[in-house]
Amino acid sequence: MAEELTPISNDDVVWMEEPEMGFWESTFLPAIFSGLKNSLRHVTDFKPVTQQYPEEKPDLPLNYRGVHRLNRDDKGRVKCVACMMCSTACPARCIDIVAEEAPKDDPLWADRDKRPKSFVIDELKCIYCGMCEEACPVDSIELTHIYDLTGLTRQEMKFNKEKLLEVFDQTKDNPRDPIRTHRGILGPASDFTSLPQVGPATQIPQGDKASEPVSTDVIKQG
Amino acid sequence: MSWEFFLVTLITIGVAFGGLMGTIAYLILVERRLAAFIQDRYGPNRVGWAGLLQPIADGAKFLLKEDVIPGYVNKTLYILGPSIAVFTAMAGFAIVPFGPVDQAPSWMRFVIAPDVNIGMIYIFCVGSLGVYGVILGGWASNNKYSSLGSMRASAQVVSYEIPLGMSIIGVVLMTSSLSLNDILMHQANQGVLGWNVWTQPLALLIFFVSALAETNRLPFDLSECEQELVGGFHTEYSSMKFALYFLGEYAHIITVCFLTAILFFGGWQFPLIAEADSAYLGATLVKVVVLLTKVLMIILLIMFIRWTIPRFRFDQLMNLAWLGLIPMAAMNILVVMTAKQFDWPIWTLPLGSLAIFVAAGLIGTSGKFIVSDQTVDFSESPEGYVHVHS
Ligand code: SF4
Ligand code: SF4
Repeated sequence: MAEELTPISNDDVVWMEEPEMGFWESTFLPAIFSGLKNSLRHVTDFKPVTQQYPEEKPDLPLNYRGVHRLNRDDKGRVKCVACMMCSTACPARCIDIVAEEAPKDDPLWADRDKRPKSFVIDELKCIYCGMCEEACPVDSIELTHIYDLTGLTRQEMKFNKEKLLEVFDQTKDNPRDPIRTHRGILGPASDFTSLPQVGPATQIPQGDKASEPVSTDVIKQG
Repeated sequence: MSWEFFLVTLITIGVAFGGLMGTIAYLILVERRLAAFIQDRYGPNRVGWAGLLQPIADGAKFLLKEDVIPGYVNKTLYILGPSIAVFTAMAGFAIVPFGPVDQAPSWMRFVIAPDVNIGMIYIFCVGSLGVYGVILGGWASNNKYSSLGSMRASAQVVSYEIPLGMSIIGVVLMTSSLSLNDILMHQANQGVLGWNVWTQPLALLIFFVSALAETNRLPFDLSECEQELVGGFHTEYSSMKFALYFLGEYAHIITVCFLTAILFFGGWQFPLIAEADSAYLGATLVKVVVLLTKVLMIILLIMFIRWTIPRFRFDQLMNLAWLGLIPMAAMNILVVMTAKQFDWPIWTLPLGSLAIFVAAGLIGTSGKFIVSDQTVDFSESPEGYVHVHS
C-alpha cells in the first residue's frame, strides 16, 4: 500500500537513524557554553560585514544593472536606429519610442536612415532586467552602474532622449561603465563581416543527477 | 509615620523609577548593539556619538506615533493589558534592595518598601500577575495569533512558576528568612565563600532557566515568536502601548537579574573592597557599584543567551519544565532539608546538587529505554515511512 504513496523511488531513499544523545548532550550545558563562546568570539573579534553606505560606496559587480544610457556614435549622434527591438523585448513595457526619418539633407545625418524622435524610459516601471540591452542590434541602449536614482515626482523619473544621452556623457569615462562596443561602428547588426563566434551550449557534467532520466517506477499508472 | 519618612520614600521612588527607566532605555540600545556585534553588523550608530542618543529618538518616535486602536478589539482590556504589564513589573521592583540597606544615607533608602519580611512571596505573587497583562492583551486583540501567543504565555508561566518557586526554597531554608535583605546579609557575613552559588549551584541553574521563561526571553519567547505568530500577543499594539509592553518586559528582566545577584551572588558583597564590615569613606557607593555591576553582568549574559540559543519548541519547553526542572528542584529541596535536619557539613550541599544533576543527565541519556520498550525500526521499511514495533 505504502508503495503507491511514495513520491520518489525507493532506491533514492536513504534511511537514517537519529543519533543517540550522550550524557553531556542531554544536559544541554556543553552545547550552550560552546554557543556562548562562539557569540563572544564575534564580539571580541569584531569583523563587521556592513558597508556604511553614504560614506562607503558599495562594491558593485561589473555586470550590475542600473540606470540606462543611450550611447553616441563617433559623430556624437545618438546611436539608436529606432528599430523598436528594445521596447518589444521589454517585459515591463516601459520604453516608448517615436521614430522619424533622418534628415537626408543634413550632412551630419547623411549616412543614417532612421532615428528616434522621442525616446522615453519610465525608470520607475523598469525592472532592470537588461533585456533591452540584449536586444539592441547596434548596442545603443546600455545599463550603467548608477543605482542611487531618486526623484520627487513620477514625471521626473521618465527619462527622455536628452537625459539618457546626458547619462552617457556622464558615465562614458567611468571605468565601471566602459563603452562596450567600438564607438565608430554602429554595432554587430550593421557589420556582418566580423560577427562574433557563437559559443558552445552549456555542457552538463558527467554524473549530474539532473541530467539522468528519472527512475522509471516513480509515477504509477491508473 | 512622620513626614520625613514620607519624603524619603518619595525620593527613593524617584531615584529608583528614574534609574530604572533610564537603564531600560539604554539596555535596549545595548541589546541592539550587542545583537549587531554578534551578527557581524554595526547596529544603530547614527544618532549621537556611537548611537548614544538612539533611546531618546526611539522614545520621541513612540510618543509621537499615531496610536492605533483597531476597531474590533475589546477596548477596556486592550488598554488594561500593557498597563498591567508595566504596573506589575514596577511593583515587583519595590522590595528589591539596590544597595546596602543598613548603610543608606539619611535622605534616601536603598529599597522602596523597607522591612517587607515576606519579600520573596511578594515578588513571586506580583511577578506572576504580570502574565495577566500578556493574556489580557492577547485576548482583547481579538486576533488568532495574539490569543495563541497569550495561551502559550499562560501555559508557560504556569509551568515555570513551579520550578522558579521551588528552586529558591533551598536558599530560604538556609537563611530561615524570606526577606531579601536577610538573605543578602546572610551571605555577606560569611564572605565570598558564603555565596549561595557555591552551596546551591543546581538551584541557581533552575532559577535562572525558569526566570528566563518567566520573563518571556529567548530561548523561551514562544508567546511572541515572529516566525509562527506574526508578533504574538502584541501583534495589534502600536506606538506607546507597544513600548509599555517592552518597558514591562525589561523591568521584569532587571528585577530578575537583581534577584539572581542577591539570592546567589552575595548582593553587594565582594572580597576585600565591599565586605560586610568595611566602613571606609565611600564604602556605600562601592557596594552599590558592585551590586549594579553584578546585575549588569547577568543582564549581558541573558542577552548573549538570547542571540545564542535557538527557540525551544513548545513540547520541548513543557518537557524541560515538567520532566527536567521540577523533579530536579524537588530533589534539591530534599537534599537541603536533609542536610539541615541532620546538620551535615556545608560541603555536602554542592555534592548533592552535582549528584542530582548527574542523575538527571543519566536519565535523559537512557530515557529512551526507560519510557517504553517501543523502538523505531527503519531497517524494515522498504516502502513505508516508519514502522513502530512494540
Ligand atoms: S531593463 Fe528590462 S524592464 Fe528596463 S527598460 Fe530594459 S528591458 Fe525594459
Ligand atoms: S533596440 Fe537599440 S536601436 Fe533599436 S530602438 Fe532600442 S535602443 Fe534604438
